[in-house]
Amino acid sequence: MLWYIGRRLLQLIPVFFGATFLIYFMVFSLPGDPIAALFGDRPPAPGVIEAIREQYHLNEPFIVQYLYYIGGIFTGDLGTTYSGRPVTALLAQAFPVTFRLAMLALAFEAIAGILVGLVAGLRKGKLFDASALVVSLLLISVPTFVLGFVLQYFLAVELGLFRTTAGPGAPIQDLILPALVLASVTFAYIVRLTRASVADNASADFVRTATAKGLPRRRVVTVHILRNSLIPVVTFLGVDIGNLMVGAIVTEGIFNINGVGGAVFQAVIRGEGPTVVSFVAVMVIIYMLANLLVDMIYALLDPRIRYAK
Amino acid sequence: MPSNTAPSAGHYVADLEETPVGAIDQVDSSQKARSTWSDAWDSMRGRPLFWISAVLIVIIVAVAAFPNLFSHTDPARGCLLPDSNGGPEAGHIFGFTRQGCDVYARVVYGAQASLTVGLLATVIATLVGLVIGALSGYYGGAFDAIASRIGDIFLAIPTVLGAIVLMSVLPVRDPWTVALVLSVFAWPQVARITRGAVLSARNADYVTASIALGVSRFRILVRHVVPNAIAPVIVVATTSLGTFIVAEATLSFLGIGLPPSVMSWGNDIGQARVSVATAPMVLFYPAAALSLTVLSFLMLGDVVRDALDPKARARR
Repeated sequence: MLWYIGRRLLQLIPVFFGATFLIYFMVFSLPGDPIAALFGDRPPAPGVIEAIREQYHLNEPFIVQYLYYIGGIFTGDLGTTYSGRPVTALLAQAFPVTFRLAMLALAFEAIAGILVGLVAGLRKGKLFDASALVVSLLLISVPTFVLGFVLQYFLAVELGLFRTTAGPGAPIQDLILPALVLASVTFAYIVRLTRASVADNASADFVRTATAKGLPRRRVVTVHILRNSLIPVVTFLGVDIGNLMVGAIVTEGIFNINGVGGAVFQAVIRGEGPTVVSFVAVMVIIYMLANLLVDMIYALLDPRIRYAK
Repeated sequence: MPSNTAPSAGHYVADLEETPVGAIDQVDSSQKARSTWSDAWDSMRGRPLFWISAVLIVIIVAVAAFPNLFSHTDPARGCLLPDSNGGPEAGHIFGFTRQGCDVYARVVYGAQASLTVGLLATVIATLVGLVIGALSGYYGGAFDAIASRIGDIFLAIPTVLGAIVLMSVLPVRDPWTVALVLSVFAWPQVARITRGAVLSARNADYVTASIALGVSRFRILVRHVVPNAIAPVIVVATTSLGTFIVAEATLSFLGIGLPPSVMSWGNDIGQARVSVATAPMVLFYPAAALSLTVLSFLMLGDVVRDALDPKARARR
């Protein structure tokens, strides 16, 4: 198992450099001069622009800029934004908020999705199953930002059940509604996945054997059906952690949460290369580690999958 | 009918119940040969969901192709500010936007952008992914190693995130560029699925038979391996069409997809957002049109998957 983890971590290294290089390359070709844009209508003293360009290595060729950046990563220096804040400070401020939001959403979609999917799968073809399928299709086809507005308008503005936008510091109770919105699409996918998987396993031979040897229904469902049905669901949850971070761009915008989404989007709009690359790099790392974690959970769920060597 | 008793024996011999050896090899040639595709078609034809989604898609495509047949109002002209956020009236059944434009006309004319992006992105991502995935699955070796690693790199960047960064760089924003940008981050998904399907198809007996007959490797790939590996690719393509439409709307809504001059549902939803408290219906109609379109393609994808996956067909 340790060998396996080590090998997988080694495999992540080229992917990480490739992905950051790709983003860096795209950002590098951003049109316009971000330094000139800092000064507005009044032109600065002649030496100033040159000095700033020098400070951010903007005069060097692209590949040198990238190497400077990578060198900075290893010394814990992710550069500064064009307004002079260290990118690390921005990261430290934004990530905890989005992390909380994403974890809340993940908890919602995993618990509710698996429960609804399990019940629907066990009662295949019944009313509950049919309505779960219809609701999940509807949730998937309504875009997140539309659902966000609708829920914000009805639940927060009209009924006053939640605060319309998150307060300073984004306390947990202000994140409940945004997390529900963020979780909606994935919740629907998890319901469908769990349902299909449970329905498949419910007629499997090992379930019939378990029932035949007199195990109580509860044990058959939890140990034999559910545990075996969770493998595709766990895969999906792992992949989804990356999507949650991205979905946060939209959700955070609607509910005015100062997290990663807003920060990335602002940085892209302002053409701040180092900031964009750092945020994307962290997102890519989280995404890759989540996938690694998923592969290890497999081994726990399915004894047939063991990474011995 | 052979005799039940041996010619010289006086005793009874029971009927032979097993299939005569010769009959095992006999194939009923009077029955038409059935391909996966005709099986799939038969399965889809019998499902109401298929017809519902097919009819909806035909209508949506017709609206996108000939919007002037469905709306007499030209959405680009005749916007009068006194009508701003006005309710429905005769000739303008959905009311007016904040700029005083006819909502119904904008919804009708907005279909084109969404559908163009969705179709283009699906076609580009599927073709690129299919070719790369098939080549790397079939030939393996260095090409497979390099293509798979490059695919991993693109897969590590979530689609919408990558699209936001890339769109902000591009000087031109039209349906073509949005579709291209979306497919840049979507092709590895298709490539991965194709590669897996090709890997399992390339060792099949009919491939060995073709090799024995002296068919060239490339011809085997094109004529035998790809057609037998394409079913999962088609399923993914159908479902991803809906996803691309949502992605385009999200980008436009963020102000980084199609420019405001292009009429699209994403843009309209973004603009209606400002006055959602006073005129919620202005947001509702384009959102409903968008959701209905995505829903149709999702339902079609479901039906196609059930039809092409024999396991799913047996389950139903």
